[in-house]
Amino acid sequence: MPKTHVETTINGEPQEFLCEPSESLLAALRDGLGLTGTKEGCTTGDCGACSVMLDGRLVPSCMVLAPEAIGRSIETIEGVAQGDSLHPLQQKFLEHAALQCGVCTPGFIVAAKALLERNPDPSEEETRYWLAGNLCRCTGYDKIIRAVLDAAAEMREATA
Amino acid sequence: MSERKFKYVGTRPIRHDGVDKVTGRANFGADFDAPGMLHGALLRSPHAHARILSVDTRAAEAVAGVKAVLTGQELPKLQSMWMGGAEGGIDFRDIAENCLARDKVLYHGHAVAAVAATTPEIALQAARMIEVEYEELTPVLDLEAAVASDAPILHDDLQPIGATDPLPEGPTNIAGRVEFSRGDVDAGFAEADVVVEREFRTQMVHQGYIEPHACVARIGEDDQVVVWCTTQGGFAVKNYSAMVLQMDPAKIKVISSEIGGGFGGKTTIYLEPVAIALARKARRPVKMVMSREEVFRATGPTSGTIVRAELGAKRDGTLVAGRLSMFYEAGAYRGSPAGPGAMCAFGSYKIPNFYIEAHDVVVNKPKVAAYRAPGAPMSTFATESLVDELARELGLDPIEMRLHNAVDEGDQAPYGPVYGPIGLRETLEAARSHPHYKAPLGQNQGRGIACGFWFNAGMSSSANVSLHADGSAVVATGNPDIGGSRAAQAQMVSEELGIPVERVRPVVADTDSVGYTDMTGGSRVCFATGMAVIQASRDVVDQLRARAAQIWGVELDSVAWEDGRALPANGAEGDHEPLPIEELAQQMGRTGGPIVGKASLTAPMAGPGFATHLCDLEVDPETGASRVVRYTAIQDAGKAVHPGYVEGQYQGGSAQGIGWALNEEYIFDERGEMENPGFLDYRMPVASDLPMIDTVIVEVPNPLHPYGVRGVGETPIVPPLAAVANAMRGATGVRFTVLPMSPPRVLEAIDA
Ligand code: FES
Ligand code: FES
Repeated sequence: MPKTHVETTINGEPQEFLCEPSESLLAALRDGLGLTGTKEGCTTGDCGACSVMLDGRLVPSCMVLAPEAIGRSIETIEGVAQGDSLHPLQQKFLEHAALQCGVCTPGFIVAAKALLERNPDPSEEETRYWLAGNLCRCTGYDKIIRAVLDAAAEMREATA
Repeated sequence: MSERKFKYVGTRPIRHDGVDKVTGRANFGADFDAPGMLHGALLRSPHAHARILSVDTRAAEAVAGVKAVLTGQELPKLQSMWMGGAEGGIDFRDIAENCLARDKVLYHGHAVAAVAATTPEIALQAARMIEVEYEELTPVLDLEAAVASDAPILHDDLQPIGATDPLPEGPTNIAGRVEFSRGDVDAGFAEADVVVEREFRTQMVHQGYIEPHACVARIGEDDQVVVWCTTQGGFAVKNYSAMVLQMDPAKIKVISSEIGGGFGGKTTIYLEPVAIALARKARRPVKMVMSREEVFRATGPTSGTIVRAELGAKRDGTLVAGRLSMFYEAGAYRGSPAGPGAMCAFGSYKIPNFYIEAHDVVVNKPKVAAYRAPGAPMSTFATESLVDELARELGLDPIEMRLHNAVDEGDQAPYGPVYGPIGLRETLEAARSHPHYKAPLGQNQGRGIACGFWFNAGMSSSANVSLHADGSAVVATGNPDIGGSRAAQAQMVSEELGIPVERVRPVVADTDSVGYTDMTGGSRVCFATGMAVIQASRDVVDQLRARAAQIWGVELDSVAWEDGRALPANGAEGDHEPLPIEELAQQMGRTGGPIVGKASLTAPMAGPGFATHLCDLEVDPETGASRVVRYTAIQDAGKAVHPGYVEGQYQGGSAQGIGWALNEEYIFDERGEMENPGFLDYRMPVASDLPMIDTVIVEVPNPLHPYGVRGVGETPIVPPLAAVANAMRGATGVRFTVLPMSPPRVLEAIDA
């Protein structure tokens, strides 16, 4: 089967790659481009470990076909920090010990960033419902929720 | 010990591996590739119980891109040899035949053959072209069917182990039985004013780690094998794989990746020997990664159980007698955690008369693996539910009832030893005075309380601490870091050397680079490996003092070590300026060479960990759906090295227990096929299902550890099943004895 040629933008940089027409964006990112920060927990859209932004919309990359990325813009966990300076969410996850094993962390940070972009002042409940598509088996979510709320507060202060 | 003032232990530094994990740089099991690598895939059994008559691999071998095909017959045939252990035992024949079936398949999803090919898709497609002829047998799918006298037998040669008097005649599915007893049980019950008796049931549940099993195996030109994999123990992978493949363990080096959760489920092997064997055949590296469905179907969940329980008390609440008859599913091969379940069941209370029997039963389901405090949550679900019932019947406050019977230092544990200093009473008192216990309950809400106990493991560990020329240090141990253990180990080095945590680099070493170390599990890393780290650090300090003594021309005894500096001891101040670690490190080359501290030890015991949990549950009487609205986990940590990660253990274990109580279960059809092998239908708690989980860290120092540390990882999953069920009793008036308390079950029970 002929491969599909994909030209897209990933973390602000133009990228091109070849993939099977049926390949998932997750597989293309991880196996094709070596962007292994996006994790695979299920490939059925149920764990959120593979969360990325596609044209500003939060999606599980395992449920998106790689050719759908043509001409669009993707942001992955690798694009969240600006050079050496961590995003406030990343910093707060560290300070709050909001990761134990850390395999869910990239997905949570990408998803939480999407939340704060549309709602800079979410309630605990809004945060919990927004992140309900991301599974964490280690933390019981407590410290994750605190880290997100704390990051939101800090970001609001920074822009106030 | 209690007077010791800590500078770094008890603080909350940012973990050293943290930045890599929040930026996506950290490499987990599936993130590693080797040049020229092939991809492996497995063919799995469509039957839960069948004899393998023939395997024809020709069609698969003919597929373009296929480089090797492997069947169970090609692995060495091992003799059965059972090796007991504190958290269950192992038989390498079983491990081998669980990796690839030889003569029989024993569960739906049992691996039968493997393929290595140039892409994962080709490998999978070729695996499906392998033709296997089966003779289907009747599957044994529950405990009652398994122990019935006319049950189909899984293993014709199975010899029961343990207290099996008399031995069953002929083949059996009861793989083992243990007994514990004390006093005179019948007399005890005769003395009781109130006796409650119930039968409790739980289903198989999975650890649910988010990262599936994954590995890459490579054979070097010299036949040296390198395995990269996600595991709780590199040495276990090395030694188990060597046993399965009957090769010299020295020929295998294991590099453990970052690990995306394990909870006991990554203490054994599934893929590694298969990947090594395929890599040998194909002469190329082979990568194998499980799908989520494979993780559910073919890795170890924990047992479904039946626990028949009886408990008697005097009118004042004094427990006088208990009886437990327990049956635990082992899955396809022996080795359920019935034993530890039995050992923990009455661990929290002084009960003068009891009898416990526990059976390990094989059934046609996946072979169970360790899951956090293996066996204890299910037996504790029974006993803590009954304590609650007794308190209700006697009109006693459930905390007072427990305090009245709580074990103290000097009491004997049900399984023999005498407890040293323990913190059960402190956790109960903390629960009683916690605002949670006094908070008013809303409509349709109930409050549950339960205690829990886990022994905690010791076992063997090694550690090296080496000093850099700038006075910073590296600490290397053999334990994969599953929840912040690197940070805790760095804190211990800091405490001993007197240097900031940021100046210590903790690393997880491969199996060629550090001495033998048992697995990350049993809540042993902070305790036992921590002890090795402290000893290795003290070795460094002694060497630093010796260097200072040499520089000053004094006896070693005249040099003290404080705050990262050598000082004249015995108040001989003024004679010499203190020598900071940076200066001593800089001079290492001239004063005797590099400084490396090392330690290796076997910790025979650890300190028992007790917890008390409080749960408020709200039940919707229309739908049967319930929601935890408030939860508090209180536990004795001995000494919390990094309180943030200790709290995290309490919270994570609580959440897993809540899921177990309310929603999680393996559902099998009548042929033994799991019907819910995905996260959509195997429903683990998500953020919107839970409230904040409050924690209280109680610290009753463990005299067996230099800082007083006890393990904390396992105990948190022990109380929740009963805590939630007791809250459900409060909210609905119904005593639930079957888990999970899913909405349909709850609705049915409250409508009844
Ligand atoms: S891997 Fe995409 S949601 Fe789980
Ligand atoms: S930290 Fe392990 S799954 Fe979230």
